[in-house]
Amino acid sequence: MTVLCLVELDGTGAADASLRALTFARDVAGPGGQLAAVVFGEAPAGEALGAYGVTDAYVTAPGQLAGYAPLAWARVLAGLVSQTGADAVLAAGTDRGSEVMAHLGALTGLPMVANCVSATRSGPGPDGAATWQIVRQRWAGLLLEDAMLESSPALATVATDTVAPAPADAPATLTVHAHQPELADGDLAVRAAESATRSGGVSLATARVVVGGGRGVGGPDGFAPLEELATLLGGVVGVSRVVTSEGWRPHRQQVGQTGTKITPELYLACGISGAIQHIAGCASAKHIVAVNSDAAAPILSHAEYAVIGDLHKVIPALVAAIKARGGSA
Amino acid sequence: MEILVCVKRVPQVGGKIVVTADGQDVDTRMSGFAMSPHEECAVEEAIQITERLGGGVSVLTLGPPDAAEQLREALALGAGRAVLLETDGREWGPVATADEIVAEARRDDGGPGYDLLLLGNEAADTGDYQVGVRVAHTLGWPCATGIKGIEITDGTVRARREYRGAEELFEFGLPAVITVKEGINLPRYPSLPGRLRAKRAVIETHQPRWRPDGLRKQALRVPATERKQATVLGNGVDAVPALVTLLGEMGVLP
Repeated sequence: MTVLCLVELDGTGAADASLRALTFARDVAGPGGQLAAVVFGEAPAGEALGAYGVTDAYVTAPGQLAGYAPLAWARVLAGLVSQTGADAVLAAGTDRGSEVMAHLGALTGLPMVANCVSATRSGPGPDGAATWQIVRQRWAGLLLEDAMLESSPALATVATDTVAPAPADAPATLTVHAHQPELADGDLAVRAAESATRSGGVSLATARVVVGGGRGVGGPDGFAPLEELATLLGGVVGVSRVVTSEGWRPHRQQVGQTGTKITPELYLACGISGAIQHIAGCASAKHIVAVNSDAAAPILSHAEYAVIGDLHKVIPALVAAIKARGGSA
Repeated sequence: MEILVCVKRVPQVGGKIVVTADGQDVDTRMSGFAMSPHEECAVEEAIQITERLGGGVSVLTLGPPDAAEQLREALALGAGRAVLLETDGREWGPVATADEIVAEARRDDGGPGYDLLLLGNEAADTGDYQVGVRVAHTLGWPCATGIKGIEITDGTVRARREYRGAEELFEFGLPAVITVKEGINLPRYPSLPGRLRAKRAVIETHQPRWRPDGLRKQALRVPATERKQATVLGNGVDAVPALVTLLGEMGVLP
């Protein structure tokens, strides 16, 4: 089977989410299948993609198409579908991946399946199109849907939080194809200009430690000890939806279905009851520790460890204890 | 500036999601319904835009008769007109849904003729991430998704969104389709006069015919996760030494 996978770049290499999508795509392609990466920008080093089993990379260089333009990227994918006869086109379920695949669905008139957990071809359907057995996420992963897809090719995004990035057993030799896009009028009408306001600090999505604050923090003035603890641990503060809805903290700090999905080593959830929309954002943390005054709070059935008590006392004491430990070391 | 906001009625889930016995739906007997969160912000954004630039806000939903409740919520906040694409309760896929929104945008019966369509980036329940894009494609309008800031000057839109800790900016002309994310604004609460007006408002209703999308739902299920119960390290500040030891074992201490 031939599978095309959109690979987003992060600096000079493939983004972590795209490595996860490639891992998924390799599985769909199956043994002996062809896994082709579609790249916009400078191609990442051949070995890096080859290690993931990519045999072909179709690279649209910045001289051909500069910057992120979702419809133009979809046009390129549509062209490559015709050129390669691909059986499936996949992308990570990121903002860009979802957007480009939606455009590809619209361009081709085919269904697009968002946030797949698995996709298995189950044979031709009644009218000859391929059928696929799909498992996909709903409710940001709180619910799974079993579904039947009838489409050639299959278009889907990958639920990246369910796939760990894994190189192939045996690396592939990569052939790089310089791709000349054939764009249509209007394909560049929407194109991103990246502003220079990249913040220097640790980002919530990639932080190693996240100190969470919820309703229990009590108000906009209660976050200082959480900030201090987060800084001490080299992490950041994340908050629950009620905190941003109340305007206590900016929305970019929200962890949850309508905010950011986090994947830290440690999520220390302070004064957070554990509404399911919040769990959708923090369930991929390696360790969850809750600090909560209510021993019956739902967060305790998602956390590994808990301290039952008032976060306004526990967190300053924790900060002091860590500082004292640092001083004596 | 005439704006059409498309909203969806979704189950309101609190502590956990339960699936009905036939595996086809979320069990809503113990929960209510709400407007999908990104779309609450789309309604607010539309109202703010027309407060600045003049014009009117129409709100549309495709859903069962009870979805009129979400239209009335939007009317109470300041939308002037509401359209219900009434279904028989069956779930509609994103392709057919987009087609019906296009039909409304093009409906030539003395309706306003829209300059801007606003939708949520994705619905909380189905999370298909594509209805807005498909609508834009059929209308031949530019489209930006996941937007957290909109400025409109002289028919040109500047739309901002977050991208890996930075910001990307899209600039394009009207008419256009924009999907927004929660955080673009803080939705207001309805006023009492707004509620009364909404209660009396007439909702324009159409009954589109259901048809299948390419993806056919078989069953919904809650993922099998280990429901664990946290190990309690202790109470209050007395637990701090144990907590420090634990964080040390996790390798997160400085």
